[in-house]
Amino acid sequence: MSETTNKWIGQNTIRPDGAPKVTGSAAFAADTNMPGMIWGSVLRSPHAHARIKSIDTSKAEAHPGVKAVVTAADIVDFPVDTPFPLGIQDMRWMCRNVMAREKALFHGHPVAAVAATSEAIAAEACKLIEVDYEVLPHAIEIDDALAPDAPILHDFIEFEGKPSNIAGTLEHTKGDIEAGFAEADVIIERDFTTRPVHQGYIEPHACLVSVAADGKATIWSSSQGQFMVRAMTGLLTGIPQSDIRAIPAEIGGGFGGKTIVYLEPLATILSKKSGRPVKMVMTREEVMRASGPTSGSKSTIKIGAKKDGTITAAEGIYWLQAGGLPGSPIRGAVGCALAPYDIPNGRTFGYDVVSNRSKVAAYRAPGAPIGAFGIECVLDEIAEELGMDPLDLRLKNAAKEGTQAVHGPTYPLMGYVESLEAAKAHDHYKAPLGPNQGRGVASGFWFNAGGESSAQVNITEDGNVVVTTGHPDIGGSRAGIANICAELLGIDYRRVSVLIGDTATIGFSNLTGGSRVLFASSIVVTESTNNVIGTLCALAAKIWDIDPEAVIWEDGEARPAGANAGQFPPLTLEELAARANESGGPIGAGAQINTTGAEGGFGTHICDVEVDPELGTVQVLRYTVLQDVGRAVHPSYVEGQMQGGAVQAIGWALNEEYIYNKNGHVDNPGFLDYRMPVASDMPMIDTHIIEIPNPKHPQGVRGVGEVPLVPGLAAVRNAIHDAVGVRFNDLPMSPPVVLDALDMAEAAE
Amino acid sequence: MTDTQYMAPQTLDEAVTAFAAGGEAARILAGGTDLLVQMGAGMVNPGVIVDVKKITELNSIEETADGGFVVGAAVAGAVLEEHPTFGKVWPGVLEGLNLIGSTQIQGRASLGGNLCNGSPAADGVPAMVAAGAVLTVQGPNGRRDIPVKDVPTGPGKTSLAPGEIAVCFTFPPRPAGSSDAYLRMIPRTEMDIAVVGVGVNLTMKDGVCTDASVGLGAVAPTVLLVEDAAKALIGSKLDAAALDAAAAACSAACNPIDDKRGTIAYRTKVAGVLLKRTAAIAAKRAAGV
Amino acid sequence: MAKLHISTTINGEPTEYLCAPDETMLDVLRNGLGLTGSKEGCGSGDCGACSITMDGRLVCACLVLAAEAEGSEIETIEGIADGEALHPLQQKFLEMAALQCGICTPGMLVAAKSLLEQNPNPTETEVRYWLAGNLCRCTGYDKIIRAVMDTAADMRGAA
Repeated sequence: MSETTNKWIGQNTIRPDGAPKVTGSAAFAADTNMPGMIWGSVLRSPHAHARIKSIDTSKAEAHPGVKAVVTAADIVDFPVDTPFPLGIQDMRWMCRNVMAREKALFHGHPVAAVAATSEAIAAEACKLIEVDYEVLPHAIEIDDALAPDAPILHDFIEFEGKPSNIAGTLEHTKGDIEAGFAEADVIIERDFTTRPVHQGYIEPHACLVSVAADGKATIWSSSQGQFMVRAMTGLLTGIPQSDIRAIPAEIGGGFGGKTIVYLEPLATILSKKSGRPVKMVMTREEVMRASGPTSGSKSTIKIGAKKDGTITAAEGIYWLQAGGLPGSPIRGAVGCALAPYDIPNGRTFGYDVVSNRSKVAAYRAPGAPIGAFGIECVLDEIAEELGMDPLDLRLKNAAKEGTQAVHGPTYPLMGYVESLEAAKAHDHYKAPLGPNQGRGVASGFWFNAGGESSAQVNITEDGNVVVTTGHPDIGGSRAGIANICAELLGIDYRRVSVLIGDTATIGFSNLTGGSRVLFASSIVVTESTNNVIGTLCALAAKIWDIDPEAVIWEDGEARPAGANAGQFPPLTLEELAARANESGGPIGAGAQINTTGAEGGFGTHICDVEVDPELGTVQVLRYTVLQDVGRAVHPSYVEGQMQGGAVQAIGWALNEEYIYNKNGHVDNPGFLDYRMPVASDMPMIDTHIIEIPNPKHPQGVRGVGEVPLVPGLAAVRNAIHDAVGVRFNDLPMSPPVVLDALDMAEAAE
Repeated sequence: MTDTQYMAPQTLDEAVTAFAAGGEAARILAGGTDLLVQMGAGMVNPGVIVDVKKITELNSIEETADGGFVVGAAVAGAVLEEHPTFGKVWPGVLEGLNLIGSTQIQGRASLGGNLCNGSPAADGVPAMVAAGAVLTVQGPNGRRDIPVKDVPTGPGKTSLAPGEIAVCFTFPPRPAGSSDAYLRMIPRTEMDIAVVGVGVNLTMKDGVCTDASVGLGAVAPTVLLVEDAAKALIGSKLDAAALDAAAAACSAACNPIDDKRGTIAYRTKVAGVLLKRTAAIAAKRAAGV
Repeated sequence: MAKLHISTTINGEPTEYLCAPDETMLDVLRNGLGLTGSKEGCGSGDCGACSITMDGRLVCACLVLAAEAEGSEIETIEGIADGEALHPLQQKFLEMAALQCGICTPGMLVAAKSLLEQNPNPTETEVRYWLAGNLCRCTGYDKIIRAVMDTAADMRGAA
């Protein structure tokens, strides 16, 4: 398919779900209601760490209006000695996360749940549940969890033969880093910390579950994967997956935080016990206390380089918080940290540390922003030490096609160098700066994923198209899919309707995440559409009584392939659709593929800031995101991913952080004091889309969504250094932190 | 099950009677931007909510013959902004009120609500303190006036007696060459509670400051009237030395806490920084009237 | 505790409902009246997803008691389009991809419409500060601001 003749691919078409979203009629999970519906409420641990000795729900059960109560006894147990992976999760931890089992592991950990005829009654009834806790000392921060006298969260976790809060490790090595450091002319080693942050989706978790008298469950929920919802709910409740229909509601943001279940299994059991549909919606406070944010981290980064800028060795040691149960994203941290660079000797090592906060969930390139932060900061310092432009330092060491990355793979053709060169050439990089202003750059990488996807393309009797796909749409992917299908069929994209199926109406499809929705769904939609075209051509051939090989499809019609095939007027999609019964059946095709060929994504960011030296406030003046996206099927939504990720990074760098009080409770569980960027904080976010088509994808698509969060932390930090000459190694760089450092720097002079 | 009652009396007398009868569990509702947040958080469960938005005296704005203003305690910030002259005479008071929260909050939040909620960080209060505004309250024992600076007594507490309702604020007339300003330090550009808030009211004549008053918020259990800062400004040309002295007086007056919004050291430093900036704005405005 | 009987006008239509004294307008819109276009993102007035106008004034429905709406004119997202005809802001949001997940979109549109009614020629800064109470986590605000400014220009040109 030639770029220059694309009619729809590359066009900013109106998304198919757009009109309901701008008129308020789109159905998000909390918007759905059913007759007879009752409300569920969760009782949560008031302690950051406690053994649960007993739970007495009798008073709650007797309370007027209460229809059902659930505790851990109702949830299927997954014994801690038997790993049970499901995607990147492990059901041993999932069953203990949705409801505390032996222990409450964080303040807000669910301990029981109640369904009643009103939200108020359900909440009241929760207060009547009597839990006998043995309160234990808690540890929140990594250092506290690793201290010699730290409270051990799980007696089944050991490290180096002793009970520990280190739940796992991961390492990548290449070459010989000791030899590499020996060759270096300059070596810089620094320690970094980042605070935990939340994905910040505006829509709280919500679900509505109805279990019929025969035990068959229907779940509407806000999730990034209806098949994950079905699988996890089935495993946690013991209901066979064939008896669960999980329907994805429109989702109000996820960023990875909705790739697991919290409420669905509880609502399912409550509905089964009560015989009524049960709706459960988290409050913002519950979201902040008890859903999975990302890890806080500590890291030590050491990079050595020659005078000419060649990196000879690089090492990153990372500690990431997992929360109360194992599973921090050390894979992303140690895998992505050095990925943009061609380094002969490298080592990354990650520790997964449990502590008494909510179990972390994925957040947009999980682990990679943490992995990249320290590396991109130290590179900035090396560039300064060597008198090199920071982009030139990166260009000197940039990974290219054929580079073997420290985390293992050898790269195919990709556009990292192009992102650096585009940054150097961009107007932004040349724009003058004023007093107290500075400019920083940083790069980043994310693996991207392929994975299972299913689609169904059906031609309607009136000659239009219905496409059903399997992944919840959180960024506008339906528009991209419509573009592709319309392009292949050569028809107006408005004739293509794209829907997201549920677990009963479409084949297995993996999560919406991993920057894979458009990548994977376009593969199966392409295959299905091509099969449909084959059927249409075969039908035309039958009508014309010629060989199907002699029929081509162009601009929405079947045509004889050449003069030799015969002089037949073309048959349009509408005409063929009307004659579908002559083909032996309805015209449609589906595909279910475990897609492969997703290749990593690379990006480079340029950030300008102005620092108020008397208040320590930092204003982002200008920001440019440059990224290789393979092929921008729908450019506006590609830009949107780049802009959204960059602003999340700015928030993480400047003002977002979880604050804990001495009891281990989150002190800022709301949008007032968990400070995400507001409209007046931000400048326009400029984007520069680079298209080096992915050779392994029919339209050349690379995943887009996650890379944009990765470089931003260091880009902002390096800009602040350029502005005021102070290197911040700890995030967030909030005003008191900045002012303190400026004062100390001034005093030192 | 809550037993909250709601009423919206048409007269102040009815409101006073109902509010007093409700005792400790009664709450006044103006804009609701504090009360409903507290109810939602489970911090308060009112027995009776007395909505005062139908009472004329609490919702009107009057410019008096002598150039002063009487502003109803429940007047929303957005409404006060639309008044043709109030913002020209008291831009600092107005901007303090209209920095609270968002546009949506400003459509509802009032000076009375902001003051009576008793937050040490209330944005509407420092400039009112600097303005010398007086609050009129009415209760079971009748009507009385309280200087705004004497209303807050501690975090969440005021000097209003049980059953007393805030009625209106009186802003005094000022000589020509007077204006005011309010600045606050917040980590973002909007939507945060003030880490420090400074209100400066001053009168300039021929380049000399002939009168000044400074209100300082978010750095002590109550908003402070910093008389030493005013003294440093009065009689000066607002030169660097005078501003430094006033800034130092503000820093010295600070008695803040470390909390999730700011540290003691930070607030103390910033109080001085903001004083200078706020005084400069007030002076520029004063020169223009 | 008896429910209150409230008569109000919502999106131009006379509407009556029963509500508890401590129920919010947002609760009644969503659970009582089936007007689920206004969203609850925080319940504390910090995110703007529940934005409505009340007697022409932009407010958060989560911070208004349903009882207060007696005799008022309420406008929600559901009242912005005129039947099939989208408001220029709605159309522009679609054309310029000013929404991704769409959860903040109703509040954004109500707030933006309120701005343009007050100020048909806002600067970028004025738009940003007016919308500061409407959180968006997906877009980074860029396309939203552009859409509002473009619409303002269109509407001025058409006037």
